[in-house]
Amino acid sequence: MGATTTKIVAVTGNQAVAEALRQLNPDVMPAYPITPSTGIMESFTKFVSDGKVDTETILVESEHSAMSACIGASAAGGRVATATSAQGLALMWEMLHIASGYRLPILMALVNRALSAPLNIHGDHSDGMGMRDCSWIQLFSENAQEAYDNTIMAYRIAEHKDVRLPIAVNMDGFIISHSIESMTFIPDAEVKKFVGDYIAIDPLLDIDHPKSIGALVLPDYYMEHKRAQHEAMLNAKKVISDVSAEFARLFGRTYDLFESYRLEDAEVVLVALNSAAGTIKDEVDRYREKGVKAGLLKPRVFRPFPYEEVGAALKNAKAVCVMDRADSYGGYGPLFMEIASAVQPHRGPVLFNKVYGLGGRDLMPLDVDQLIDETIEVAKTGKAKMIKEYITVRN
Amino acid sequence: MAEMIEIRWHGRGGQGTVTAAKVLADACLSGGRNVQAFPEYGPERAGAPLRAYNRVSEKILRMHCPVLNPGVVAVVDATLLDAINVAEGAKDDAVFIINTGKDPKDVRLKLKVKPTQKVFTVDASKIAVETIGRNMPNSCMLGAVNRATGIVGMDVLLDDVKGSFGKKFAQKIIDGNLAAVKRGYEEVKEG
Repeated sequence: MGATTTKIVAVTGNQAVAEALRQLNPDVMPAYPITPSTGIMESFTKFVSDGKVDTETILVESEHSAMSACIGASAAGGRVATATSAQGLALMWEMLHIASGYRLPILMALVNRALSAPLNIHGDHSDGMGMRDCSWIQLFSENAQEAYDNTIMAYRIAEHKDVRLPIAVNMDGFIISHSIESMTFIPDAEVKKFVGDYIAIDPLLDIDHPKSIGALVLPDYYMEHKRAQHEAMLNAKKVISDVSAEFARLFGRTYDLFESYRLEDAEVVLVALNSAAGTIKDEVDRYREKGVKAGLLKPRVFRPFPYEEVGAALKNAKAVCVMDRADSYGGYGPLFMEIASAVQPHRGPVLFNKVYGLGGRDLMPLDVDQLIDETIEVAKTGKAKMIKEYITVRN
Repeated sequence: MAEMIEIRWHGRGGQGTVTAAKVLADACLSGGRNVQAFPEYGPERAGAPLRAYNRVSEKILRMHCPVLNPGVVAVVDATLLDAINVAEGAKDDAVFIINTGKDPKDVRLKLKVKPTQKVFTVDASKIAVETIGRNMPNSCMLGAVNRATGIVGMDVLLDDVKGSFGKKFAQKIIDGNLAAVKRGYEEVKEG
Protein backbone atom coordinates (compact mmCIF):
# COMPACT_ATOMS: atom_id res chain seq x y z
CA MET A 1 0.00 0.00 0.00
CA GLY A 2 1.14 3.53 -0.69
CA ALA A 3 1.56 6.32 1.81
CA THR A 4 -2.04 7.40 1.33
CA THR A 5 -3.62 9.00 4.35
CA THR A 6 -7.31 8.47 4.06
CA LYS A 7 -10.15 9.70 6.19
CA ILE A 8 -13.21 7.56 6.73
CA VAL A 9 -16.38 9.41 5.82
CA ALA A 10 -20.08 8.54 5.79
CA VAL A 11 -21.59 9.64 2.49
CA THR A 12 -24.19 8.58 -0.06
CA GLY A 13 -23.20 6.88 -3.29
CA ASN A 14 -24.11 10.05 -5.17
CA GLN A 15 -21.88 12.16 -2.90
CA ALA A 16 -19.05 9.67 -3.36
CA VAL A 17 -19.24 9.87 -7.15
CA ALA A 18 -19.61 13.67 -7.06
CA GLU A 19 -16.47 13.82 -4.91
CA ALA A 20 -14.60 11.66 -7.45
CA LEU A 21 -15.75 13.99 -10.23
CA ARG A 22 -14.58 17.01 -8.24
CA GLN A 23 -11.16 15.42 -7.92
CA LEU A 24 -11.11 14.49 -11.61
CA ASN A 25 -12.03 18.11 -12.43
CA PRO A 26 -13.42 17.52 -15.96
CA ASP A 27 -13.33 20.38 -18.45
CA VAL A 28 -16.99 20.11 -19.34
CA MET A 29 -19.95 18.44 -17.67
CA PRO A 30 -23.21 18.61 -19.62
CA ALA A 31 -26.19 17.04 -17.86
CA TYR A 32 -29.95 16.95 -17.56
CA PRO A 33 -30.48 15.71 -14.01
CA ILE A 34 -32.80 12.75 -13.39
CA THR A 35 -33.61 10.71 -10.28
CA PRO A 36 -31.75 8.90 -8.75
CA SER A 37 -28.59 10.43 -10.25
CA THR A 38 -29.72 14.01 -9.52
CA GLY A 39 -27.67 14.11 -6.33
CA ILE A 40 -24.45 13.85 -8.31
CA MET A 41 -25.23 16.99 -10.29
CA GLU A 42 -26.59 18.73 -7.19
CA SER A 43 -23.28 18.23 -5.39
CA PHE A 44 -21.19 18.87 -8.47
CA THR A 45 -22.84 22.16 -9.45
CA LYS A 46 -22.20 23.31 -5.88
CA PHE A 47 -18.50 22.56 -6.42
CA VAL A 48 -18.70 24.66 -9.58
CA SER A 49 -20.43 27.56 -7.78
CA ASP A 50 -17.91 27.39 -4.94
CA GLY A 51 -15.02 27.51 -7.40
CA LYS A 52 -13.71 24.11 -6.36
CA VAL A 53 -13.49 22.85 -9.95
CA ASP A 54 -12.66 24.46 -13.28
CA THR A 55 -15.47 22.61 -14.99
CA GLU A 56 -17.94 24.28 -17.29
CA THR A 57 -21.35 22.73 -16.62
CA ILE A 58 -23.85 22.87 -19.43
CA LEU A 59 -27.43 22.44 -18.30
CA VAL A 60 -29.24 21.39 -21.43
CA GLU A 61 -32.88 20.76 -22.33
CA SER A 62 -32.78 16.95 -22.58
CA GLU A 63 -30.49 13.99 -22.14
CA HIS A 64 -30.15 13.65 -25.88
CA SER A 65 -28.68 17.16 -25.83
CA ALA A 66 -26.58 16.32 -22.78
CA MET A 67 -24.86 13.47 -24.61
CA SER A 68 -24.62 15.61 -27.79
CA ALA A 69 -22.86 18.33 -25.78
CA CYS A 70 -20.56 15.67 -24.26
CA ILE A 71 -19.67 14.54 -27.76
CA GLY A 72 -18.98 18.08 -28.98
CA ALA A 73 -16.88 18.98 -25.96
CA SER A 74 -14.96 15.71 -26.05
CA ALA A 75 -14.30 15.98 -29.80
CA ALA A 76 -13.04 19.51 -29.18
CA GLY A 77 -10.41 18.00 -26.89
CA GLY A 78 -11.88 18.32 -23.41
CA ARG A 79 -12.16 15.85 -20.60
CA VAL A 80 -15.91 15.32 -20.30
CA ALA A 81 -18.35 13.68 -17.90
CA THR A 82 -22.09 13.38 -17.36
CA ALA A 83 -24.50 11.62 -15.04
CA THR A 84 -27.84 10.01 -15.78
CA SER A 85 -30.31 7.19 -15.09
CA ALA A 86 -33.07 5.16 -16.76
CA GLN A 87 -35.20 7.23 -19.19
CA GLY A 88 -32.39 9.75 -19.39
CA LEU A 89 -30.00 7.12 -20.64
CA ALA A 90 -32.69 5.77 -22.96
CA LEU A 91 -33.06 9.21 -24.53
CA MET A 92 -29.28 9.36 -24.98
CA TRP A 93 -29.21 6.04 -26.77
CA GLU A 94 -28.81 7.36 -30.30
CA MET A 95 -25.90 9.55 -29.20
CA LEU A 96 -24.23 6.78 -27.19
CA HIS A 97 -23.28 5.14 -30.49
CA ILE A 98 -21.95 8.43 -31.84
CA ALA A 99 -19.75 8.86 -28.74
CA SER A 100 -18.20 5.42 -29.11
CA GLY A 101 -18.08 5.55 -32.92
CA TYR A 102 -16.09 8.78 -32.68
CA ARG A 103 -13.89 7.04 -30.08
CA LEU A 104 -14.45 9.72 -27.45
CA PRO A 105 -13.44 8.84 -23.86
CA ILE A 106 -16.50 10.36 -22.16
CA LEU A 107 -17.21 9.35 -18.56
CA MET A 108 -20.78 8.62 -17.51
CA ALA A 109 -21.93 8.07 -13.95
CA LEU A 110 -24.90 5.78 -14.45
CA VAL A 111 -27.09 5.39 -11.40
CA ASN A 112 -29.07 2.28 -12.31
CA ARG A 113 -32.83 2.64 -12.33
CA ALA A 114 -35.78 0.75 -13.77
CA LEU A 115 -37.22 1.79 -17.12
CA SER A 116 -40.82 2.93 -17.48
CA ALA A 117 -43.58 1.78 -17.92
CA PRO A 118 -44.90 1.27 -15.35
CA LEU A 119 -43.27 4.45 -14.06
CA ASN A 120 -40.73 3.53 -11.38
CA ILE A 121 -37.77 5.44 -10.05
CA HIS A 122 -36.07 2.63 -8.12
CA GLY A 123 -32.99 0.61 -8.79
CA ASP A 124 -32.58 -2.18 -11.32
CA HIS A 125 -30.20 -2.78 -14.21
CA SER A 126 -32.56 -2.34 -17.16
CA ASP A 127 -30.96 0.94 -18.16
CA GLY A 128 -27.36 -0.34 -18.07
CA MET A 129 -28.25 -3.49 -19.97
CA GLY A 130 -29.92 -1.35 -22.63
CA MET A 131 -26.54 0.21 -23.49
CA ARG A 132 -24.82 -3.17 -23.73
CA ASP A 133 -24.30 -2.96 -27.49
CA CYS A 134 -23.36 0.73 -27.63
CA SER A 135 -19.61 0.09 -27.44
CA TRP A 136 -19.24 1.73 -24.03
CA ILE A 137 -17.02 0.18 -21.39
CA GLN A 138 -19.28 -0.79 -18.48
CA LEU A 139 -18.04 -1.06 -14.90
CA PHE A 140 -20.37 -2.14 -12.08
CA SER A 141 -19.98 -1.20 -8.41
CA GLU A 142 -21.21 -2.98 -5.29
CA ASN A 143 -21.17 0.04 -2.98
CA ALA A 144 -20.21 3.71 -2.72
CA GLN A 145 -16.51 2.87 -2.28
CA GLU A 146 -16.43 0.85 -5.49
CA ALA A 147 -18.39 3.48 -7.41
CA TYR A 148 -15.88 6.09 -6.24
CA ASP A 149 -12.86 3.93 -7.06
CA ASN A 150 -14.24 2.93 -10.47
CA THR A 151 -14.87 6.61 -11.25
CA ILE A 152 -11.31 7.53 -10.27
CA MET A 153 -9.99 4.80 -12.58
CA ALA A 154 -12.38 5.53 -15.47
CA TYR A 155 -10.45 8.17 -17.47
CA ARG A 156 -7.22 6.18 -17.24
CA ILE A 157 -9.03 3.30 -18.93
CA ALA A 158 -11.14 5.25 -21.44
CA GLU A 159 -8.36 7.60 -22.57
CA HIS A 160 -5.69 4.92 -23.02
CA LYS A 161 -4.36 5.06 -26.57
CA ASP A 162 -5.23 1.39 -27.14
CA VAL A 163 -8.81 1.97 -26.03
CA ARG A 164 -10.27 5.47 -26.66
CA LEU A 165 -13.83 4.50 -25.84
CA PRO A 166 -16.47 6.03 -23.57
CA ILE A 167 -17.00 4.47 -20.16
CA ALA A 168 -20.00 4.12 -17.84
CA VAL A 169 -19.65 3.52 -14.10
CA ASN A 170 -22.77 1.84 -12.71
CA MET A 171 -24.14 1.78 -9.19
CA ASP A 172 -27.57 0.84 -7.86
CA GLY A 173 -30.13 3.60 -7.65
CA PHE A 174 -31.30 4.43 -4.12
CA ILE A 175 -29.81 1.27 -2.58
CA ILE A 176 -26.37 2.86 -3.06
CA SER A 177 -27.00 6.32 -4.53
CA HIS A 178 -29.15 7.48 -1.60
CA SER A 179 -27.74 5.37 1.24
CA ILE A 180 -25.04 6.61 3.54
CA GLU A 181 -22.16 4.22 4.06
CA SER A 182 -18.70 4.51 5.48
CA MET A 183 -15.93 4.70 2.90
CA THR A 184 -12.64 6.45 2.29
CA PHE A 185 -11.64 9.15 -0.17
CA ILE A 186 -8.18 9.42 -1.69
CA PRO A 187 -6.45 12.77 -1.13
CA ASP A 188 -6.85 15.27 -4.02
CA ALA A 189 -3.17 15.44 -4.91
CA GLU A 190 -2.90 11.67 -5.21
CA VAL A 191 -5.95 11.46 -7.45
CA LYS A 192 -4.53 14.23 -9.62
CA LYS A 193 -1.23 12.42 -9.93
CA PHE A 194 -2.89 9.08 -10.65
CA VAL A 195 -5.22 10.41 -13.32
CA GLY A 196 -2.74 12.76 -14.99
CA ASP A 197 -3.42 15.32 -17.70
CA TYR A 198 -5.51 14.51 -20.72
CA ILE A 199 -3.85 14.87 -24.05
CA ALA A 200 -6.60 14.50 -26.63
CA ILE A 201 -5.79 12.74 -29.88
CA ASP A 202 -6.79 14.84 -32.89
CA PRO A 203 -8.85 17.45 -31.03
CA LEU A 204 -11.05 19.70 -33.17
CA LEU A 205 -9.73 22.77 -31.36
CA ASP A 206 -6.22 22.13 -32.64
CA ILE A 207 -6.90 24.68 -35.37
CA ASP A 208 -3.41 24.43 -36.83
CA HIS A 209 -4.25 20.89 -37.84
CA PRO A 210 -7.82 21.06 -39.10
CA LYS A 211 -9.72 17.81 -39.37
CA SER A 212 -13.30 16.66 -39.69
CA ILE A 213 -15.22 14.24 -37.50
CA GLY A 214 -18.39 12.45 -38.45
CA ALA A 215 -17.79 11.83 -42.12
CA LEU A 216 -20.09 9.59 -44.13
CA VAL A 217 -18.68 6.06 -44.35
CA LEU A 218 -20.39 3.76 -46.81
CA PRO A 219 -20.09 -0.03 -47.14
CA ASP A 220 -16.49 0.34 -48.32
CA TYR A 221 -15.16 1.21 -44.82
CA TYR A 222 -17.95 0.95 -42.23
CA MET A 223 -17.02 -2.56 -41.14
CA GLU A 224 -13.38 -1.63 -40.59
CA HIS A 225 -14.51 1.10 -38.18
CA LYS A 226 -16.70 -1.32 -36.29
CA ARG A 227 -14.05 -4.02 -36.07
CA ALA A 228 -11.61 -1.41 -34.77
CA GLN A 229 -14.11 -0.59 -32.02
CA HIS A 230 -14.39 -4.26 -31.10
CA GLU A 231 -10.61 -4.57 -30.95
CA ALA A 232 -10.36 -1.45 -28.82
CA MET A 233 -12.89 -3.01 -26.48
CA LEU A 234 -10.81 -6.20 -26.29
CA ASN A 235 -7.73 -4.06 -25.56
CA ALA A 236 -9.64 -2.44 -22.71
CA LYS A 237 -9.50 -5.70 -20.76
CA LYS A 238 -5.75 -5.51 -20.30
CA VAL A 239 -5.85 -1.76 -19.69
CA ILE A 240 -8.49 -2.22 -16.98
CA SER A 241 -6.34 -4.90 -15.34
CA ASP A 242 -3.20 -2.72 -15.53
CA VAL A 243 -4.91 0.42 -14.22
CA SER A 244 -6.57 -1.58 -11.44
CA ALA A 245 -3.22 -3.12 -10.45
CA GLU A 246 -1.63 0.32 -10.26
CA PHE A 247 -4.60 1.57 -8.24
CA ALA A 248 -4.21 -1.35 -5.82
CA ARG A 249 -0.48 -0.64 -5.43
CA LEU A 250 -1.09 3.02 -4.68
CA PHE A 251 -4.28 2.96 -2.69
CA GLY A 252 -4.54 -0.58 -1.32
CA ARG A 253 -7.89 -1.62 -2.75
CA THR A 254 -7.76 -4.47 -5.23
CA TYR A 255 -10.08 -4.75 -8.21
CA ASP A 256 -10.17 -7.39 -10.90
CA LEU A 257 -12.30 -7.92 -13.99
CA PHE A 258 -14.68 -9.69 -11.62
CA GLU A 259 -14.65 -10.44 -7.92
CA SER A 260 -14.30 -14.05 -6.81
CA TYR A 261 -15.74 -14.47 -3.35
CA ARG A 262 -14.89 -17.86 -1.78
CA LEU A 263 -14.99 -19.20 -5.33
CA GLU A 264 -11.77 -21.24 -5.37
CA ASP A 265 -13.34 -24.54 -4.26
CA ALA A 266 -17.01 -23.54 -4.56
CA GLU A 267 -19.48 -26.13 -5.81
CA VAL A 268 -22.54 -23.93 -5.47
CA VAL A 269 -22.15 -20.47 -7.01
CA LEU A 270 -24.30 -17.37 -7.29
CA VAL A 271 -23.52 -14.70 -9.88
CA ALA A 272 -24.78 -11.16 -9.38
CA LEU A 273 -23.92 -7.55 -10.18
CA ASN A 274 -23.78 -4.49 -7.92
CA SER A 275 -25.27 -4.13 -4.42
CA ALA A 276 -26.91 -7.56 -4.23
CA ALA A 277 -23.41 -9.04 -4.09
CA GLY A 278 -22.89 -7.65 -0.58
CA THR A 279 -25.99 -9.32 0.79
CA ILE A 280 -24.97 -12.54 -0.97
CA LYS A 281 -21.47 -12.51 0.58
CA ASP A 282 -22.96 -12.52 4.09
CA GLU A 283 -25.13 -15.53 3.19
CA VAL A 284 -22.25 -17.34 1.48
CA ASP A 285 -20.36 -17.02 4.77
CA ARG A 286 -23.31 -18.47 6.69
CA TYR A 287 -23.52 -21.46 4.34
CA ARG A 288 -19.75 -21.98 4.51
CA GLU A 289 -20.10 -22.21 8.30
CA LYS A 290 -22.64 -24.98 7.73
CA GLY A 291 -20.16 -26.79 5.51
CA VAL A 292 -21.68 -25.88 2.14
CA LYS A 293 -19.08 -24.99 -0.46
CA ALA A 294 -20.84 -21.81 -1.60
CA GLY A 295 -19.30 -18.92 -3.51
CA LEU A 296 -20.06 -15.75 -5.43
CA LEU A 297 -18.86 -14.37 -8.73
CA LYS A 298 -19.51 -10.65 -9.09
CA PRO A 299 -18.70 -9.21 -12.53
CA ARG A 300 -17.17 -5.76 -12.35
CA VAL A 301 -16.47 -5.36 -16.07
CA PHE A 302 -19.55 -6.14 -18.16
CA ARG A 303 -18.18 -4.71 -21.40
CA PRO A 304 -15.69 -5.96 -22.41
CA PHE A 305 -16.97 -9.18 -20.85
CA PRO A 306 -14.13 -11.40 -19.59
CA TYR A 307 -15.45 -14.68 -21.03
CA GLU A 308 -12.27 -16.78 -20.73
CA GLU A 309 -11.55 -15.71 -17.17
CA VAL A 310 -15.14 -16.18 -15.99
CA GLY A 311 -15.34 -19.55 -17.75
CA ALA A 312 -12.17 -20.71 -16.01
CA ALA A 313 -13.46 -19.48 -12.64
CA LEU A 314 -16.76 -21.34 -12.97
CA LYS A 315 -15.73 -24.52 -14.74
CA ASN A 316 -15.31 -26.60 -11.59
CA ALA A 317 -18.59 -25.53 -9.96
CA LYS A 318 -21.46 -28.01 -9.89
CA ALA A 319 -24.34 -25.54 -10.18
CA VAL A 320 -24.46 -21.83 -10.90
CA CYS A 321 -27.44 -19.56 -10.28
CA VAL A 322 -27.15 -16.41 -12.39
CA MET A 323 -29.15 -13.55 -10.94
CA ASP A 324 -30.41 -10.85 -13.27
CA ARG A 325 -31.76 -7.49 -12.12
CA ALA A 326 -33.00 -6.86 -15.66
CA ASP A 327 -34.72 -9.00 -18.22
CA SER A 328 -34.61 -9.67 -21.91
CA TYR A 329 -38.29 -10.51 -22.20
CA GLY A 330 -38.80 -13.78 -24.04
CA GLY A 331 -35.10 -14.53 -23.68
CA TYR A 332 -32.77 -15.23 -20.78
CA GLY A 333 -31.58 -12.45 -18.50
CA PRO A 334 -28.66 -10.48 -19.96
CA LEU A 335 -26.13 -11.61 -17.34
CA PHE A 336 -27.19 -15.24 -17.78
CA MET A 337 -26.49 -15.05 -21.51
CA GLU A 338 -22.94 -13.85 -20.80
CA ILE A 339 -22.28 -16.51 -18.17
CA ALA A 340 -23.66 -19.22 -20.47
CA SER A 341 -21.31 -18.02 -23.22
CA ALA A 342 -18.39 -17.99 -20.79
CA VAL A 343 -19.04 -21.51 -19.50
CA GLN A 344 -19.90 -22.97 -22.92
CA PRO A 345 -16.35 -24.16 -23.87
CA HIS A 346 -16.13 -26.18 -20.63
CA ARG A 347 -18.11 -29.23 -19.58
CA GLY A 348 -18.95 -26.96 -16.71
CA PRO A 349 -21.74 -26.57 -14.18
CA VAL A 350 -25.51 -26.68 -14.58
CA LEU A 351 -26.71 -23.10 -15.07
CA PHE A 352 -30.01 -21.54 -14.24
CA ASN A 353 -31.33 -18.01 -14.22
CA LYS A 354 -33.30 -16.01 -11.67
CA VAL A 355 -34.74 -12.55 -12.31
CA TYR A 356 -34.94 -10.53 -9.09
CA GLY A 357 -35.25 -7.01 -7.75
CA LEU A 358 -36.89 -5.31 -10.73
CA GLY A 359 -38.09 -1.79 -9.99
CA GLY A 360 -36.18 -1.75 -6.71
CA ARG A 361 -37.83 -4.79 -5.09
CA ASP A 362 -35.68 -5.75 -2.11
CA LEU A 363 -33.44 -8.79 -2.13
CA MET A 364 -33.43 -10.01 1.46
CA PRO A 365 -30.96 -12.46 3.03
CA LEU A 366 -33.75 -15.09 3.14
CA ASP A 367 -34.26 -14.74 -0.62
CA VAL A 368 -30.56 -15.39 -1.11
CA ASP A 369 -30.79 -18.43 1.18
CA GLN A 370 -33.57 -19.86 -0.96
CA LEU A 371 -31.42 -19.43 -4.05
CA ILE A 372 -28.44 -21.10 -2.40
CA ASP A 373 -30.70 -23.97 -1.26
CA GLU A 374 -32.01 -24.39 -4.79
CA THR A 375 -28.48 -24.28 -6.21
CA ILE A 376 -27.43 -27.01 -3.73
CA GLU A 377 -30.35 -29.10 -5.00
CA VAL A 378 -29.42 -28.50 -8.64
CA ALA A 379 -25.81 -29.44 -7.83
CA LYS A 380 -27.05 -32.71 -6.30
CA THR A 381 -29.45 -33.71 -9.07
CA GLY A 382 -27.55 -32.19 -11.96
CA LYS A 383 -30.82 -30.75 -13.22
CA ALA A 384 -32.53 -27.37 -12.94
CA LYS A 385 -36.31 -27.55 -12.78
CA MET A 386 -36.73 -24.30 -14.64
CA ILE A 387 -33.93 -22.57 -16.47
CA LYS A 388 -35.34 -19.08 -16.02
CA GLU A 389 -37.73 -17.90 -13.35
CA TYR A 390 -38.73 -14.70 -11.53
CA ILE A 391 -38.28 -14.73 -7.75
CA THR A 392 -39.98 -12.71 -4.98
CA VAL A 393 -42.89 -12.12 -7.32
CA ARG A 394 -46.66 -12.58 -6.89
CA ASN A 395 -48.26 -15.37 -8.88
CA MET B 1 -21.98 -3.67 22.66
CA ALA B 2 -23.42 -6.16 20.19
CA GLU B 3 -21.39 -6.80 17.07
CA MET B 4 -23.97 -5.03 14.92
CA ILE B 5 -26.72 -2.63 15.97
CA GLU B 6 -29.70 -2.25 13.66
CA ILE B 7 -32.05 0.69 14.17
CA ARG B 8 -35.42 1.29 12.57
CA TRP B 9 -36.76 4.84 12.64
CA HIS B 10 -40.46 5.56 12.19
CA GLY B 11 -41.47 9.11 11.42
CA ARG B 12 -43.57 11.27 9.19
CA GLY B 13 -42.30 13.27 6.25
CA GLY B 14 -40.99 16.67 7.38
CA GLN B 15 -39.90 15.75 10.93
CA GLY B 16 -36.23 15.31 10.13
CA THR B 17 -36.23 11.55 10.71
CA VAL B 18 -33.96 10.84 7.76
CA THR B 19 -31.61 13.59 8.92
CA ALA B 20 -31.52 12.02 12.39
CA ALA B 21 -30.47 8.67 10.91
CA LYS B 22 -27.78 10.40 8.85
CA VAL B 23 -26.40 12.39 11.79
CA LEU B 24 -26.31 9.26 13.94
CA ALA B 25 -24.42 7.36 11.23
CA ASP B 26 -21.87 10.13 10.98
CA ALA B 27 -21.40 10.25 14.75
CA CYS B 28 -20.97 6.46 14.94
CA LEU B 29 -18.01 6.59 12.54
CA SER B 30 -15.94 7.29 15.63
CA GLY B 31 -13.78 4.44 16.79
CA GLY B 32 -13.51 3.08 13.26
CA ARG B 33 -16.97 1.60 13.15
CA ASN B 34 -18.82 0.92 9.92
CA VAL B 35 -22.14 2.62 9.37
CA GLN B 36 -25.13 2.68 7.08
CA ALA B 37 -28.06 5.11 7.02
CA PHE B 38 -30.82 4.80 4.48
CA PRO B 39 -34.46 5.75 4.18
CA GLU B 40 -37.21 3.82 2.49
CA TYR B 41 -38.24 5.93 -0.47
CA GLY B 42 -41.84 6.15 -1.52
CA PRO B 43 -43.87 9.05 -2.77
CA GLU B 44 -42.38 11.74 -0.54
CA ARG B 45 -45.02 13.88 1.12
CA ALA B 46 -45.01 15.91 4.29
CA GLY B 47 -46.88 13.95 6.95
CA ALA B 48 -46.71 10.55 5.25
CA PRO B 49 -45.33 7.68 7.36
CA LEU B 50 -41.74 6.82 6.51
CA ARG B 51 -39.03 4.51 7.75
CA ALA B 52 -35.30 4.99 7.89
CA TYR B 53 -32.61 2.60 9.02
CA ASN B 54 -29.18 2.54 10.61
CA ARG B 55 -26.64 -0.22 10.86
CA VAL B 56 -23.55 0.25 13.01
CA SER B 57 -20.98 -2.51 13.15
CA GLU B 58 -17.41 -3.29 14.09
CA LYS B 59 -17.28 -5.43 10.95
CA ILE B 60 -17.59 -4.26 7.35
CA LEU B 61 -21.25 -3.85 6.40
CA ARG B 62 -21.99 -5.63 3.16
CA MET B 63 -25.71 -6.31 3.19
CA HIS B 64 -27.88 -3.91 1.25
CA CYS B 65 -31.44 -4.48 2.38
CA PRO B 66 -33.89 -3.04 4.91
CA VAL B 67 -33.63 -3.97 8.58
CA LEU B 68 -36.22 -6.64 9.39
CA ASN B 69 -35.27 -7.40 12.99
CA PRO B 70 -34.24 -4.15 14.64
CA GLY B 71 -32.58 -4.06 18.02
CA VAL B 72 -33.62 -0.42 18.38
CA VAL B 73 -36.90 1.13 17.26
CA ALA B 74 -37.19 4.92 17.36
CA VAL B 75 -40.67 6.40 16.86
CA VAL B 76 -40.45 10.10 16.04
CA ASP B 77 -44.22 10.57 15.80
CA ALA B 78 -46.48 8.93 18.40
CA THR B 79 -49.54 9.04 16.13
CA LEU B 80 -47.85 6.25 14.19
CA LEU B 81 -48.51 3.91 17.13
CA ASP B 82 -52.18 3.90 16.05
CA ALA B 83 -51.38 3.55 12.36
CA ILE B 84 -48.73 0.83 12.09
CA ASN B 85 -47.20 -1.93 14.18
CA VAL B 86 -43.86 -0.39 15.09
CA ALA B 87 -42.92 -3.51 17.08
CA GLU B 88 -43.01 -5.74 14.00
CA GLY B 89 -39.95 -7.98 13.78
CA ALA B 90 -38.21 -6.31 16.72
CA LYS B 91 -35.65 -8.47 18.54
CA ASP B 92 -36.57 -10.03 21.89
CA ASP B 93 -34.23 -7.61 23.64
CA ALA B 94 -35.18 -4.62 21.48
CA VAL B 95 -35.24 -1.09 22.84
CA PHE B 96 -38.10 1.24 21.89
CA ILE B 97 -37.74 5.01 22.12
CA ILE B 98 -41.01 6.88 21.59
CA ASN B 99 -41.69 10.59 21.23
CA THR B 100 -44.62 11.01 23.58
CA GLY B 101 -45.54 12.79 26.79
CA LYS B 102 -47.00 9.54 28.11
CA ASP B 103 -45.45 7.36 30.75
CA PRO B 104 -43.35 4.50 29.36
CA LYS B 105 -45.55 2.01 31.26
CA ASP B 106 -48.66 3.14 29.34
CA VAL B 107 -46.84 2.90 26.04
CA ARG B 108 -45.57 -0.54 26.98
CA LEU B 109 -49.18 -1.72 27.39
CA LYS B 110 -50.25 -0.14 24.11
CA LEU B 111 -47.33 -1.62 22.16
CA LYS B 112 -47.80 -5.05 23.77
CA VAL B 113 -44.03 -5.43 23.95
CA LYS B 114 -42.39 -8.50 25.42
CA PRO B 115 -41.13 -8.38 29.02
CA THR B 116 -37.60 -8.68 27.67
CA GLN B 117 -37.99 -5.54 25.55
CA LYS B 118 -37.37 -2.07 26.94
CA VAL B 119 -39.51 1.01 26.39
CA PHE B 120 -38.30 4.59 26.75
CA THR B 121 -40.36 7.73 26.25
CA VAL B 122 -39.48 11.36 25.86
CA ASP B 123 -41.68 14.35 25.01
CA ALA B 124 -39.48 15.33 22.10
CA SER B 125 -42.11 17.53 20.43
CA LYS B 126 -42.54 19.64 23.57
CA ILE B 127 -38.78 19.87 24.08
CA ALA B 128 -38.34 20.82 20.41
CA VAL B 129 -40.85 23.66 20.70
CA GLU B 130 -39.06 24.90 23.83
CA THR B 131 -35.54 24.65 22.43
CA ILE B 132 -35.84 25.13 18.66
CA GLY B 133 -39.11 27.00 18.55
CA ARG B 134 -41.07 24.47 16.53
CA ASN B 135 -42.06 20.82 16.49
CA MET B 136 -38.95 19.35 14.92
CA PRO B 137 -38.34 16.40 17.25
CA ASN B 138 -35.38 14.75 15.49
CA SER B 139 -32.50 16.25 17.50
CA CYS B 140 -34.20 15.53 20.81
CA MET B 141 -34.85 11.96 19.65
CA LEU B 142 -31.15 11.58 18.85
CA GLY B 143 -30.28 12.44 22.44
CA ALA B 144 -32.91 10.03 23.76
CA VAL B 145 -31.81 7.22 21.45
CA ASN B 146 -28.26 7.76 22.57
CA ARG B 147 -29.20 7.56 26.24
CA ALA B 148 -31.19 4.36 25.67
CA THR B 149 -28.54 2.65 23.58
CA GLY B 150 -25.23 4.21 24.55
CA ILE B 151 -24.30 3.88 20.90
CA VAL B 152 -21.87 6.82 20.84
CA GLY B 153 -20.28 9.36 23.19
CA MET B 154 -22.50 12.42 23.79
CA ASP B 155 -19.62 14.79 22.97
CA VAL B 156 -19.22 13.12 19.57
CA LEU B 157 -22.95 13.23 18.89
CA LEU B 158 -23.16 16.91 19.83
CA ASP B 159 -20.19 17.69 17.61
CA ASP B 160 -21.89 15.96 14.70
CA VAL B 161 -25.19 17.73 15.23
CA LYS B 162 -23.26 20.99 15.27
CA GLY B 163 -21.38 19.98 12.13
CA SER B 164 -24.36 18.89 10.08
CA PHE B 165 -26.66 21.75 11.10
CA GLY B 166 -23.83 24.29 10.98
CA LYS B 167 -23.70 24.14 7.19
CA LYS B 168 -27.31 25.17 6.77
CA PHE B 169 -28.61 27.08 9.77
CA ALA B 170 -28.09 30.16 11.92
CA GLN B 171 -26.32 29.91 15.29
CA LYS B 172 -29.62 30.21 17.14
CA ILE B 173 -31.03 27.13 15.41
CA ILE B 174 -27.81 25.18 16.00
CA ASP B 175 -27.85 26.09 19.71
CA GLY B 176 -31.51 25.09 19.92
CA ASN B 177 -30.78 21.71 18.38
CA LEU B 178 -27.82 21.10 20.68
CA ALA B 179 -30.02 21.94 23.67
CA ALA B 180 -32.67 19.54 22.32
CA VAL B 181 -30.14 16.70 22.02
CA LYS B 182 -29.01 17.27 25.61
CA ARG B 183 -32.53 17.50 27.00
CA GLY B 184 -33.55 14.35 25.10
CA TYR B 185 -30.62 12.57 26.70
CA GLU B 186 -31.48 13.86 30.18
CA GLU B 187 -35.25 13.65 30.15
CA VAL B 188 -35.92 10.30 28.48
CA LYS B 189 -37.60 7.87 30.89
CA GLU B 190 -37.49 4.10 31.03
CA GLY B 191 -40.44 2.02 32.13
